[in-house]
Amino acid sequence: MPSEILLEARNLRKSYPVAGGMLAGSGRQAMAVDGVSFAVERGETLGIVGESGCGKTTLARMLLRLIEPDSGEIYFRGENWLGASGPELRKLRRRMQMVFQDPVASLNPRMTISGIVTEPLAIHEPDTSTAARRTRCIEILEAVGLDRESLGRYPHEFSGGQRQRIGIARALILRPELVIADEPVSALDVSVGAQILELLVRLQQEFSLTLILISHSLPVVAQLASRVAVMQAGKFVEVGSAAQVLQSPQHPYTQALLAAVPEIPA
Amino acid sequence: MSMMATILEVRGLTVELPTTSGWIRPVNDVSFTLNEGETLGIVGESGSGKTMLSLALMGLEPHGARHSGEAWLASKSGKQNILASSADELRAIRGRDIAMIFQEPMTALNPVLRVGEQVAEAIRVHEPAAGEKEIQHRVLQSLERAALPDPQRRARQYPHQLSGGLRQRVMIAMALAAGPRILIADEPTTALDVTVQKQILELLAKLRRELQLSLLFITHDLGVVAQVADRVAVMYAGRVVEHGPVMEVLRAPSHPYTAGLLRAAPRLVREKLIPIPGSVPSLTALPPGCSFAPRCAVHIPDCDSAMPQLRAVNTNHKARCILVP
Repeated sequence: MPSEILLEARNLRKSYPVAGGMLAGSGRQAMAVDGVSFAVERGETLGIVGESGCGKTTLARMLLRLIEPDSGEIYFRGENWLGASGPELRKLRRRMQMVFQDPVASLNPRMTISGIVTEPLAIHEPDTSTAARRTRCIEILEAVGLDRESLGRYPHEFSGGQRQRIGIARALILRPELVIADEPVSALDVSVGAQILELLVRLQQEFSLTLILISHSLPVVAQLASRVAVMQAGKFVEVGSAAQVLQSPQHPYTQALLAAVPEIPA
Repeated sequence: MSMMATILEVRGLTVELPTTSGWIRPVNDVSFTLNEGETLGIVGESGSGKTMLSLALMGLEPHGARHSGEAWLASKSGKQNILASSADELRAIRGRDIAMIFQEPMTALNPVLRVGEQVAEAIRVHEPAAGEKEIQHRVLQSLERAALPDPQRRARQYPHQLSGGLRQRVMIAMALAAGPRILIADEPTTALDVTVQKQILELLAKLRRELQLSLLFITHDLGVVAQVADRVAVMYAGRVVEHGPVMEVLRAPSHPYTAGLLRAAPRLVREKLIPIPGSVPSLTALPPGCSFAPRCAVHIPDCDSAMPQLRAVNTNHKARCILVP
């Protein structure tokens, strides 16, 4: 079967004015993302790995159009994503969803789980009946491993891992094609993080998802990614299949990152 | 191996905190020894009690906490029970005998004081008689020892002007300035990038060798503990559930929780992760019997009748599980 490009980024750039230090107010710009190009095939998981300040979160926010790039192009399902507006933008937007790092900060504490999870439905499918919304909500909660008793409860009544499940349910209720997960397990304990990683693996198959997984952790990326991009100072310094990048890294920075991972003895 | 002198011996340490639903025990009947020049790793997830344990040893428990048990410190002036020490005695111990470094140096450093001045303060507290020149010399020496590049210039900077890795070096310099023999490191590299973490771990290993330091290294990361520790104690819901030589515990765990953590931890090779089901129990609603029983893969009815004792796997290795023969 020929592969289909679901998302393509061409030469994305984003800079910010330098805020602090001697260069403040000098008009100097710090390049957060510096000419990044890549394509994501339908059904694959692209892992983007890099240390703090490398630009990976800025990149994710540009892909979601939460911030606009200074220059570059993004094509989503073959359409010009940066040029989309109005109904066309809404149509594309529902097909791309995000899972955040901090499940506490990303869930409205005053909304019930049912309200949080069905909010995207209320926005994108306002004609859906209350009963149908409830059914979809129960279905998706069960898919992420939460029972229907959760519906009327509030985020604070759940553990960190359960809150991340709620965030994933909210991201999936519109049946998106692409999910961008930014550090989805870094706020969680190891035993619970493994639950979420295994859940993502399972949901990817069940929902035929394409995933972009952004993480500082090579071991986390290794569990999910079919391809890995290593980002340093705003640039992709190495891109390849997960096996290539993790087992025979070519770039010195990738080699340094791998060598720094404290390994658990086998 | 030659007989190593014990520098800290903790016996039956329990810390209790008041809550609206009664007293809870974040640290429950914990015993261990720390030998001279040795690193003991304390591994646990959030809520395991590992941080409260270290705060108790520093006399820094939160207001309203109460504790029982003993913690015998072998110091320059003989043996002393930290848990029975007065506030003044504790102040004298902190920094001089036991020092502590934290996950986020920003919370421990004063944001409006130059870093050199903060290191100086740590020295002055214990040596009020020292002259200013002597103190400035010692400040630079401490910063150099922590491998802070360009220490003269850095000493005049404020914490926010330093990267996370450099701040951690300043905190290490400050902690070691008064020459303690025990360093408690509470997740000192968790907030750092992996390449910076490597540098800090290497620095701690070097200082440990050079200064004959004993390290109590608290972490959630099994890879980090494998790298730094000689022995490890695994904590769950306030108790030590397994302890022994680090490689033995990680390669042949005897407690189902340790085994579960190892199966759940992602590694550089892709493999099926086996999560531990459920989550850590609330300290206000601990299950009867073994605290890990409800999540345990090899649970049997007897597990629910009483909290198992630590049983000997061999002379150096113990696990709190009734399945240990």
